[in-house]
Amino acid sequence: MKQAQGTVFKYGSNVDTDVIIPARYLNTSDPAELAKYCLIDLDKTFVDRVKPGDIIVAEKNFGCGSSREHAPIALKAAGVSVVIAETFARIFYRNALNIGLPILECPEAVKGISDGDQVAVDFSTGIITNLTKNETYQAQPFPEFMQELINSGGLIKSISKK
Amino acid sequence: MGMTMTQKILAAHAGLAQVKAGQLIKAKLDLVLGNDITTPVAVKEFNKIGVSEVFDKSKVAIVPDHFTPNKDIKAAEQCKFIREFAHDKEIENYFEVGEMGIEHALIPEKGLVVPGDVVIGADSHTCTYGALGAFSTGVGSTDMAAGMATGEAWFKVPSAIKFVLTGKPSKWVSGKDIILHIIGLIGVDGALYRSMEFVGDGIKHLSMDSRFTMANMAIEAGAKNGIFPVDELTLAYVKEHSTKEYTIYEADEDAEYDEVYHIDLSEIRPTVAFPHLPDNTRTIDNVGDIEIDQVVIGSCTNGRIEDIRMAAQILAGKKVKKGVRVIIFPATQKIYLQALKEGLIEQLVEAGAVFSTPTCGPCLGGHMGILAAGERCVATTNRNFVGRMGHPESEVYLASPAVAAASALTGKITNPEDIMD
Repeated sequence: MKQAQGTVFKYGSNVDTDVIIPARYLNTSDPAELAKYCLIDLDKTFVDRVKPGDIIVAEKNFGCGSSREHAPIALKAAGVSVVIAETFARIFYRNALNIGLPILECPEAVKGISDGDQVAVDFSTGIITNLTKNETYQAQPFPEFMQELINSGGLIKSISKK
Repeated sequence: MGMTMTQKILAAHAGLAQVKAGQLIKAKLDLVLGNDITTPVAVKEFNKIGVSEVFDKSKVAIVPDHFTPNKDIKAAEQCKFIREFAHDKEIENYFEVGEMGIEHALIPEKGLVVPGDVVIGADSHTCTYGALGAFSTGVGSTDMAAGMATGEAWFKVPSAIKFVLTGKPSKWVSGKDIILHIIGLIGVDGALYRSMEFVGDGIKHLSMDSRFTMANMAIEAGAKNGIFPVDELTLAYVKEHSTKEYTIYEADEDAEYDEVYHIDLSEIRPTVAFPHLPDNTRTIDNVGDIEIDQVVIGSCTNGRIEDIRMAAQILAGKKVKKGVRVIIFPATQKIYLQALKEGLIEQLVEAGAVFSTPTCGPCLGGHMGILAAGERCVATTNRNFVGRMGHPESEVYLASPAVAAASALTGKITNPEDIMD
């Protein structure tokens, strides 16, 4: 099963989809183009610093606001391998699963992980390992229905198979 | 165990006698909606599914409202792309500039949603139609694509918070003040994943326009949906706008709620949400001196006829404060025409406001009123996030049309009670 490993970018609560990708850049839906402006209104340096595989850790209600799927698309295209948060806003949660951006709810990990830590995630077990601090945290597993959705490669692929 | 109003609607659309919170279901959809930002992504996904037609040409609605009339070449290309899709798939409810309006004002006005419906829309404010006693919720583009192909969507059945509304709001308090008060009370994630069910005697004092405003902002508390019971006012609205068959659902007496809030509407003050979250609310009495550069009255939240009337009532025969830019957006062509017939546009323009064509425009920082660094706007819109209306160092204060119009006269956030009798 898939693993992720990278450097953590840590943010606070209520990171909204307007700061993940501001509407002024929504006159395109090209993932590479959207990735250039990812998180620009929250952290101007993110796009220059992020490397493929890196991980976002945030507090409560990540992805609140607009339903724009451009937000998880921009994060994925920027190279983010997984977002770990205490909670996610519900539309962002659906969208991330639907497009295949892994997300995990794990308050314990959010508490333990600091900005810049090296973190690895095992998606099959939900175990998050903090390599910098030598700690592990157990994320909540997905309900079976959603696991099937993820295993079949997202919503569109799960429908296309029928 | 009894079901909430939302659970009953979902059970009926899933073909089940009973559902409970947390259960995953597949429900049949009465309408699938998208706009010019979300539909292009949905069309690309739809084309991967391998079906040639949408599930029902009368049950898909596409409304180019965000960056229209086309604000730049890229926006024009996106609109052209979805226009061609709508034409190719013979989508019956595609609304071009000239007949379009802001989707969440337009869809009820066109009679496309009635009580008991299940609606998904690739726009977070799709929850607006809960005002009509329908279950409606925002989703992303991929869900829209799947919905267009199959006529179904998966849902986790939500639990609910009940808001018992009693009393009559005072003269200058409307749905916007009530919902801002509630969001301030429970927080921007206070209803996360859950329904907000509004009940109580106080509802009879709330116009349909106020109810639309309140259901519209349920998402600002993180809710899956906001919903009102169906009463005489709802049915009068439905009769006026739709010929579709409707079903009235009521929550069971023994329905279970996570929390119950009792709210006396007569005690609610005009309320303002300060930057940069909708739950950062203060009553007008605690606002202090906040000077402003711009006033925006409009959007899917507050661009309906009652909102324009309220603005005109306060601004008629007066002049906006010199140096303050006042931009008013009716939400649909019909509302525009109504405002014209009632003489409201003349009053507003003579007061020094500009009156725009329907568009989402500045609400999401698209066009038609973008803020520079350091500028402040009082807006009747729904979000005041960092950079929402323009520069990341600009500020948006959310308020009712009455507060916004009063502020236009003084150049600072103002209580309408101080200006009017």
